This record gives sequence, structure tokens and C-alpha cells, in this order.
Amino acid sequence: MDEYTAAAPLPADDATSPGEHEHPGAAADDGYTPSAVRLERECYRRARRRRDGLIAAACTVALLVVVCAAVVSSPGWGNVHALFLDGAEFRRYFGDILHGFWLNVQMFLVSELCILVLGLVIALVRVTQAPGLAPVRWAATLYVDVFRGVPTLLLVFLVGFGLPALQLQGTPSSPVVLGCMALVLSYTAYVGEVFRAGLNSVHPAQRNAAKALGLSESQTLRHVILPQAVRNVVPPLLNDFISLQKDTALVATLGPLEALRVAQIHSDYDFDYTPYLVAALLFIAVTIPMTRYADRLQRRATQRQWAEAGR
Amino acid sequence: MTTGGTFGTGEGAVPAGVGEALLRIRGLRKSYDGRTVLRSIDLDVAEHQVVCLIGGSGSGKSTLLRCVDLLDTVDDGTVHLGGVELTDPRLDANAARRRIGVVFQSYNLFPHLNVLDNVTLAPRKAHRRPRRAAEQQAMELLARLGLADKARDYPDRLSGGQQQRVAIARALATDPELLLFDEITAALDPELVGEVLDVVGDLKQRGLTILMATHEMGFARHAADRVCFLEDGVIREQGSAEQVLGDPRHPSTRRFLSRVLEHR
Repeated sequence: MDEYTAAAPLPADDATSPGEHEHPGAAADDGYTPSAVRLERECYRRARRRRDGLIAAACTVALLVVVCAAVVSSPGWGNVHALFLDGAEFRRYFGDILHGFWLNVQMFLVSELCILVLGLVIALVRVTQAPGLAPVRWAATLYVDVFRGVPTLLLVFLVGFGLPALQLQGTPSSPVVLGCMALVLSYTAYVGEVFRAGLNSVHPAQRNAAKALGLSESQTLRHVILPQAVRNVVPPLLNDFISLQKDTALVATLGPLEALRVAQIHSDYDFDYTPYLVAALLFIAVTIPMTRYADRLQRRATQRQWAEAGR
Repeated sequence: MTTGGTFGTGEGAVPAGVGEALLRIRGLRKSYDGRTVLRSIDLDVAEHQVVCLIGGSGSGKSTLLRCVDLLDTVDDGTVHLGGVELTDPRLDANAARRRIGVVFQSYNLFPHLNVLDNVTLAPRKAHRRPRRAAEQQAMELLARLGLADKARDYPDRLSGGQQQRVAIARALATDPELLLFDEITAALDPELVGEVLDVVGDLKQRGLTILMATHEMGFARHAADRVCFLEDGVIREQGSAEQVLGDPRHPSTRRFLSRVLEHR
């Protein structure tokens, strides 16, 4: 661009023109100053944005008022308030439940790592064409079919109670480990499918281009297909991880003292449900930032696709 | 035309018939992320005229067309169509777009609809015409463009030239006051370019008003009433096709034309 503007017969720039409002590109190289029409238009757009903001705020407040009024005026509100919103209970057990929640986070992190690795392996196995790998491919397909079909809670029971019952050498006995194994089994099936969709989403022309350069099948996969596939599936993967973070609470059924289990114990002891609310808030505190981040990535991915589609 | 032309009426503005211009662009400016793509465009298109925009890639031809169709909002300047200011933010942009037909370089037909539904979608939904009337008109259009037997086919069954002719039929189906063609032959195989350009020539004969960006200098020379050469976001030179293409005055026009023509 620059060599053009230098060569173009433009009027000499009268330095940075004064009276500029925050116009993008207004600090032009060709002595451009915004016209009255533009300023009037921007004034109008600002006013409209302000009005839209006011409408949004007013609607939000109105809705909140209506919802709160409906809840508070409901016949059972007195009971609910006493059972779920007990400030003293909240303060007494918060530390305990938070401590249990730390176990949820640990289970989540470890499981996530295993799921990512195993899911990718499953996906790669399912997309390879090598004839020798046919039995592995079928096994992977069967695995995905079976474990996507079994409810996660059921899987937690089966692994948590069934595996130790086999009394095999070296099977773990810790309920935390068993619970994580169940989660990994369940989620790997999903994540494998997400990865596979990602691998298939890379345009075939990319594969041809890599082949034409003389890259081998595995080099093509490693250097061309996989990086693009992973980029494409980050938003749906995050989605699955948000769901995994919540599902660590299912391990409570095996007995380890994670957030839900701790809340349950305190709740049973005091006949008060406030501890459940504490646990719920803790889960939300972690999943909401993740959801926001996933949304942002999704938006960026969409924009990138538009850019690639061209104007 | 009520608003006074306050923008860049100096050099470069079109002399005669300013009052009657169907499309009237004044002082148009557009930038993306701080990069100025159009600097100060003044351009008139009179009714029944065919105006060709030429220039290298990145010269701003496509952006200009996108600004006219309100696919992008302009930074500054005005675009009037038949006396209505399209760039007014108070205007209903969809209503304005309904008066303009656009054909893109990459056809952009709807792959899930057959040819007839592609052509009748806008008349039926945006203009609320009854299906029967819309289809009858669409069939006439398709017949005129030599596509009558393709009405029930899906776009993926058609050649590039056929797809682009369907796209033209789709743009015509709403009886637009103005047609915008954005390098409509650029994605076509050379032997298919002719069939699409023939259609454009036919539209000119029928008196439609067309503003088109093109690389087909031969076509521009015999079909365009006026040719505008864009470079670096400004119109460097405009005039009759004979003059701009045959006897260019601006050195950069000459440079561009010799670059384009030497590979023929």
C-alpha cells in the first residue's frame, strides 16, 4: 500500500488534523477529515446504541423483579428460604465443601488429560486406512458405540463396584481412581468422535496438496491435517470438558469425599439443604468462566471461517 | 434528489445529467481495520447505463459494490439510489437491498434449493409475491437465459456458466432498479465466460442499469457506456469505454492496461 500512496498525487498531509474524535482510520495519510454527514451519522448511531442499552437494562431489571416477586410470593417460599438459604449453615460448611471440591477439580484435570490423549488415539485409529489395523479399527468403533450408549452414572456403578469384584491382580481399589476410570471410559468415546469430526472437517484438497509435496501418509496427518483439525474442534472440546467438570459429582456415588458427597453428609446431619447450594455455587464458579471462554473461541472460529470464505 | 451535493463536486465528478443519475455516489470512504480501501469516490450511474469498474486486485472495486449494496457500512460519504440516501443509518437496509440485484464472483447459489426455488426465494419471501406468480416469472426468466430445462435441477448438477446464469436470474427475479455484478466471470473457465457475458449484453439491450467490476476488457470496450479505472481506492480516470481503454490519459491507467493486455 505504502509505495502506492507515496507515488499517488495526493495533497500534502496537513499533519494530524485537529478536532478528531475517535474515528478508526480518521488519522488518514491523505489529509482526510470526517465530513459533517459522517459526524451526524455517528451521533445518531451513538444515540441509538445508548437507547438500545437503556432498553436492555430496563427489560433485564423488569424481568428480575417479576421473577423475584414470583419466587418470594410463592406459598412454599418460607420453607425453601429456611432450608436452602441458611446463612449460618452456609458459613459453617463452606470450607469443608470447598475442600471436597478440590477433589473434583483434581479428578477433572487428571481425567481430562487421559481423555484428550485416548480420544485422539481412538479418532486416529478410526480414520486410518491401513488394512493391518482393521481389527483395531473395528474394536475402536465398537468401543465408541457401546460407551456412548451407556449412561455415565451406570458406568460409574459398573466400574466402581464391578471391577474390584473381579479381584484381579493390580486393579485399583480407590473409589476416586475407579470413578475417574469410568469418566474416562465414557468421555473418551465422545471426545474421540469430536476429534474424528475435526479430522474429517479438513478439506480434502489439503490432503492432496500435502501428498503432492511428497509427504507420507503419517507426515500428512501429523503436519497438515491434525493441526487444522485440532484448531477446528477446540470449541466443541471445551463444551465436553464443561460437562465433564459437572459429571465428576457422579463419583460421589462411590463414596469419596468430594463436594457433593460432603454436602450430602452435612445436609443429612442437619436436615438442611444449604450445603447443596454451596456445592452448586462452587461448580458454577468453575464452569461459567469455561463456558464464556468456549463461547469466545466459538465466535472467533466462526469469524475465521467467514474470512476464509472470502467476501 | 433533494439533498445538495456537498461532496467532492470538484474534479472527477460526472459532468452532465447529474440530476437524473439513478445511482449517485459522493465522497465515499471506507476502511477496514485502519486500512483505507476507498478514499473519495464520486460516481454516477444514469438509468439504462452500463458502467464498468476496472483496476487491479485490491483497488477497491468489490468494496465499492459492497458499499452500494449495504453489505458494508460506509465510513463517510453518501450513496443515493433514485433519490433515496442508502447510507442513511435511519433507513431500513433490507428495503434498500430489495431494490438492488447482486451477482457475486462465486455464484453463491443456495445448494439446498433447486434452480427454480433459488430464483423464486426472494420474490416469494422478501417481496411476498404468491408462489404461482413468482414461479411463472422465474420460468420466463430462466427460458430467456436458456435454462428452462434446468429449473428442477440442483446447483451442483450445473456447470459454472449455468450456475452463474442462474445467479443472474435470481438477481433479476425481483425486478431490481440497479444490478451490481462483482467480477461475475472471474471464477469461470474461459470457454464459459462468453455465455455469461452474452447474458449481460442482452440485459443491456433491455435497458437495465448495471454497475459491474470486471477484468474482461474486450467486453467492457464494446458493452460499457462508461469505464472507471480504480487504483488505490480512488477513481483515477473515467470516461467512455473508447477513451479510457483506447486512449488512456492517466499514466497509471496506461500502466494497468499494458500489464493486463500483454498476456493476451
